[in-house]
Amino acid sequence: MIQRALAIARYWWSYRFFVRSAIRNDLRARYARSKLGLLWALVQPLAMVLIYTLILSHLMSAKLPETDTVYAYPIYLMSGMLAWTLFSEAVGRGLGIFVEQGELIKKVAFPRALLPIIALGSATVNGLALLSMMLMVFLFLGHWPDLHYLWMPGLMFLALWLGLSIGLLFGLMNVFFRDISQAIPVILQFLFWLTPIVYALSMLPPEYHSYFSWNPIAKLTAAFQDVILYRRNPTELHLVYLSGIAFIFTALSAGLYLRVKHELADHL
Amino acid sequence: MSVLINVENLGKAFRTYPNATQRIRSWLGLPTRNVKDIWVLKNLNFQVHAGEAVGLVGENGAGKSTLLKMIAGTLAPTEGGIQLFGEVRAILELGMGFNGEFTGRENARHGLSMMGMSAEEADSLLPEVEAFAEVGDYFDRPLRTYSSGMQMRVTFAVATARRPQVLIVDEALAVGDAYFQHKSFEKIREMQRAGTTLLIVSHDRGAIQRICDRVILLEHGEISREGDPEVIMDYYNAMLANKGNQKHTVHSEELEDGRVATTSGTGEATIQSVTLHDANSGDPIEIATVGQEVELKVKLDINEHIDQLVVGYVIKDRLRQDVFGTNTHLLDQVLENPKPGQTQCYRFRFTCNLGEGSYSTSVAAHADDTHVRHNYHWKDLACTFEVVNANKKRFLGVAWIPPELIIEPNSGDTP
Repeated sequence: MIQRALAIARYWWSYRFFVRSAIRNDLRARYARSKLGLLWALVQPLAMVLIYTLILSHLMSAKLPETDTVYAYPIYLMSGMLAWTLFSEAVGRGLGIFVEQGELIKKVAFPRALLPIIALGSATVNGLALLSMMLMVFLFLGHWPDLHYLWMPGLMFLALWLGLSIGLLFGLMNVFFRDISQAIPVILQFLFWLTPIVYALSMLPPEYHSYFSWNPIAKLTAAFQDVILYRRNPTELHLVYLSGIAFIFTALSAGLYLRVKHELADHL
Repeated sequence: MSVLINVENLGKAFRTYPNATQRIRSWLGLPTRNVKDIWVLKNLNFQVHAGEAVGLVGENGAGKSTLLKMIAGTLAPTEGGIQLFGEVRAILELGMGFNGEFTGRENARHGLSMMGMSAEEADSLLPEVEAFAEVGDYFDRPLRTYSSGMQMRVTFAVATARRPQVLIVDEALAVGDAYFQHKSFEKIREMQRAGTTLLIVSHDRGAIQRICDRVILLEHGEISREGDPEVIMDYYNAMLANKGNQKHTVHSEELEDGRVATTSGTGEATIQSVTLHDANSGDPIEIATVGQEVELKVKLDINEHIDQLVVGYVIKDRLRQDVFGTNTHLLDQVLENPKPGQTQCYRFRFTCNLGEGSYSTSVAAHADDTHVRHNYHWKDLACTFEVVNANKKRFLGVAWIPPELIIEPNSGDTP
């Protein structure tokens, strides 16, 4: 048993150059033939932040308590956007991975388990680029990071893991029911507005607050907002809860994969 | 010889569910109803030994590619199993998931990584890949600018960069220009000589017979025949002729000398006998001398009403290469509406301008100028004979083409 696990681990390890090469290719392929390349990945969330800031900042700034900066709203918005972008991009990656890599899966024998690792790798690089871009904006606005940023690597990993595990489960189903890849973006759009990213929970009447407790993504964005804007520790219990959900979805994805792997390639 | 590929009771079915609910139930491990399995391969058993070259033939849809994909590891078997005892490399249906936006070099490097190579290993093999692919400056241009032949060159060069223990080739030999086909064929031969086991799907009879030690014929997802390439290919060709005709049958029978003769046809006309005679005396002969006037006598029974009767023959040498062939259509003597019940006798007279050796003839009776449509009866190894050199000067080869020799001093003005 242990020997077999070791043999599999050694087999996977022999593919480490493939993983590196695939992550690099993945990043390059997305912006191939565009001059600004990776920058485009950052433009979209930043443009959204700019638009909302211009339209909503006067309305909102007065309503964000416990903050000491006049730029509280844009910073609030960006922290939430960072969490959301990481999460939703990871969902998208997981969702598309099997169908997009269909040709490869059909033609080349390699450890399939490396595909999520490649997706995680390239999403991490994108996430780091987005984070550094936002950091520059924060510095520009005079909002310096403090020690609470030590939470950031963990939070970013959590956002990516949660998104990827959910995405993978639906990505597997999508191989058999292609409607899923159409439905998920719509659902994500609703989820975006049901999550306090553009608005703050405190702006809503208290009787509605309980409706948000079911939304795990609200806990994720809150954690980012805590660290970046409020400079305080996120609620540990919420992080445990989010990890639990990510773990359950990972287990479900793995379980479904084992069940369908013998016919997966037949449907690609 | 050690076994490299062991295929045991292998089967592949594509499962269909009547609706989404049933499929989801299967995911949850609940019992399902009306699930249909469409079997494309069933009950396959064979072994491939180290250093062997095995050809897979069969009509489209017989399951060849599915079988190769399962051995290559990209499709999972439904039942039974495949044991592999060595590194397997496959060239399947063109391409390895390359990206058109990247250059040939980048794709090649990534392709090598896909085989589990380290960066150093890949970089050390890249020059060889570039040299073998021979795409020149294009190696550093995006793959989307390549012709399909050039893409094939890079793919082939990558797939064969490191000699695997087992190489699987699916129809890849037929792609690209003649030069590269020849080159890749040579590369495969070279790997074969170095000890690589080959598993090849090809419709190119010549390629199969030159490379393979053994051929497996797949029919409707099962192994219908297995054995010597010549015998199986004869049988397969006969099977293809007049396909879809219910009456059409194919037989193989072993001759006294151990060779296997294939006969096939729908039976409206049957070849009763094929014999070789001395043209002057009319005596039957089994040994002809070089330059002798001979006669190939073909007797046929007309069994049913047919519009046209064409009779043809091919003389083949010891290696079953065609030496000469013709038929009554080419000779402008097609018989129209022969009477059922009649026996026809065809006498093909020719000078035996053949080199020393053993020859055989295949004879066919059919309707058009080829045997592919309306093949009434076709017989391989219908008549075999020896040719000896009794009264001519010694010479080489399968044909007797005596020259007239002129030797003259070179005057300097001849070109």
